[in-house]
Amino acid sequence: MNIIRSISRRMPKGRHLVIGVPFLWLFLFFMLPFFIVLKISFAEADVAIPPYTDVYTWVENKFTLVLNLGNYIFLSEDALYLAAYLGSLKMAAVSTLLCLVIGFPMAYAIARADKDKQMVLLLLIMMPTWTAILIRVYAWMGILSNNGLLNGFLMWLGLINEPLQILNTNLAVYIGIVYSYLPFMILPLFANLVKHDQSLLEAAADLGSSTYNSFWKITVPLAKNGIIAGCMLVFIPVVGEFVIPELLGGPETLMIGKVLWQEFFNNRDWPVASALAVVMLAILIVPIILFNRNQAKEMEGRP
Amino acid sequence: MNTFGKTLLALSLAGAVVSAAHADDKVLHVYNWSDYIAEDTLDNFQKETGIKVVYDVFDSNETLEAKLLAGSSGYDIVVPSNPFLAKQIKAGVFQKLDKSKLPNWENLDKSLLKALDPSDPGNQYSIPYMWGTIGIGYNVDKVKAALGEDAPVNSWDLVFKPENIAKLKDCGVSFLDSPTEILPAALNYLGFKSDSTNAAELKKAEELFLSIRSSTSYFHSSKYIGDLANGNICVAIGYSGDLYQSKSRAEEAKNGVNISYSIPKEGAGSFFDMMAIPADAKNVEAAHVFLNYLMKPDVMANITNFVQFPNGNAAATPLVDEVLRNDPGIYPDAATMAKIYTFPDLPANAQRAMNRSWTKIKSGK
Repeated sequence: MNIIRSISRRMPKGRHLVIGVPFLWLFLFFMLPFFIVLKISFAEADVAIPPYTDVYTWVENKFTLVLNLGNYIFLSEDALYLAAYLGSLKMAAVSTLLCLVIGFPMAYAIARADKDKQMVLLLLIMMPTWTAILIRVYAWMGILSNNGLLNGFLMWLGLINEPLQILNTNLAVYIGIVYSYLPFMILPLFANLVKHDQSLLEAAADLGSSTYNSFWKITVPLAKNGIIAGCMLVFIPVVGEFVIPELLGGPETLMIGKVLWQEFFNNRDWPVASALAVVMLAILIVPIILFNRNQAKEMEGRP
Repeated sequence: MNTFGKTLLALSLAGAVVSAAHADDKVLHVYNWSDYIAEDTLDNFQKETGIKVVYDVFDSNETLEAKLLAGSSGYDIVVPSNPFLAKQIKAGVFQKLDKSKLPNWENLDKSLLKALDPSDPGNQYSIPYMWGTIGIGYNVDKVKAALGEDAPVNSWDLVFKPENIAKLKDCGVSFLDSPTEILPAALNYLGFKSDSTNAAELKKAEELFLSIRSSTSYFHSSKYIGDLANGNICVAIGYSGDLYQSKSRAEEAKNGVNISYSIPKEGAGSFFDMMAIPADAKNVEAAHVFLNYLMKPDVMANITNFVQFPNGNAAATPLVDEVLRNDPGIYPDAATMAKIYTFPDLPANAQRAMNRSWTKIKSGK
């Protein structure tokens, strides 16, 4: 019996196993791929399979590590890359703001609706996301094109005489991104807003606070974590977004996803593409840390 | 060539198919361009040889290359265009063909094989499948309405002269989104060598494009097929086969759009799609049987009749539909042929310079 007990004491406890699974997952599908990308970013492009040089070699008991910083220096030499990063950040910031402005009233309305209607309203928000993103973006191409639904409708109304050029402009990209990412803003906001204690607003009203005042002094501060979660869920993926700008954007749409694509496919330069991706991750790590900290707070149940 | 959406679909589908199929003597994995074979070719091949073909498609050289360079693509036959093939041969992607298993090699066009020698020295690794030119597809009526009866539809003047393209702006002009295939046209038009890597000459080509940039509707490598057919644009600089496809679509739709294709008289770029066997192919034997089958004149002529691209098989030409055979846009005459150039295997820095220049042309940055 003693032996069994001592063995079971040495064995990892059930809770460690349970905690270990997500860490193993993160290691396998986040850390490991990242280190591979990091490794390639220090290599040089080569005509070979795979098309880059070895970063480290192990020959005759000698371990040689060659870190080529040329790719990172190269990124700093051409203003294109900085412009692309800024373009992506601007696109992400504006889209996030638009999502918040449109999503907050929607989330608020759903949170205040009758319980039996809430389910239906949430389904209406979520249902479009069950269709592949590619198909939904293609549908927008049909709506926004020069002889598409929107222009046809406006011309039928007589508001415009010739079609508006919307497709292949930044405006189309904003429309596509806000449309696609709106659910990611609404759902965390709803989850937060639905928990609010209505009696706080009633108390404020009893004490003579205007609804406007109550909204900014009570609802918004309480919803802070929901707002941050929603914004991060929109902002972070939009920075690296590729599909929507590629399909709806025009030549003036300069985003890092496209530049990365060009380096990888057109220039056959996997190392420079990897360096671009590493720098992008570095830029995103600040909001990601903010997001994680906020999530941790939410988990603790503190508003 | 980069149409992302279709590429993504093709990649994911292809990945699923390859992993699902297991290594079998009687199964051959072929990775070819989309819409690039006759409907009955694969069935006929299976009937004749008993080999089942698992056939996947891609729509850009870049997609194919990324798979090949990552290694273990799982395919027995792939079809890159010649400048890509040249790089891939150097990277060690392919194995040499066993010509003793390819008796139909004799049917191939000898002058064409010679022209392909720079891409594949000694024609050791590949056979030419189809080829085509990069020229002007245009909406006959709209271009005439904009530029008059004697619009220069058979010359690069149509799109490279700012005063001409400005008049076409309202009905729409598109260019392929492929710097290494389009910049040579500007270089050639300006009197430089089409394969020039000279920075000053490239700069001149860039300036030419910047001067017509504001009159250009968009740069894309496949969208123009539909847009030209339904009248959204009136001039498309694109691949000959695609533009013929656009013409057929307009005819089928009976929408009154009349499309024509011309190879500009100053000269045009050409691409050759080459069949080759990856070094790590599992079914090399069947791959040779397939290549040999495709080099049969009747098989090849049948494919050309279907896809409207000329093939690299001299013996097949008499069997091709008379309409296609006599169309100078598909089978160019000798004088035009003399002006057609091929795309070289550019050094990495020259390619980067072209791509960079292209980004500047498109985005202004």
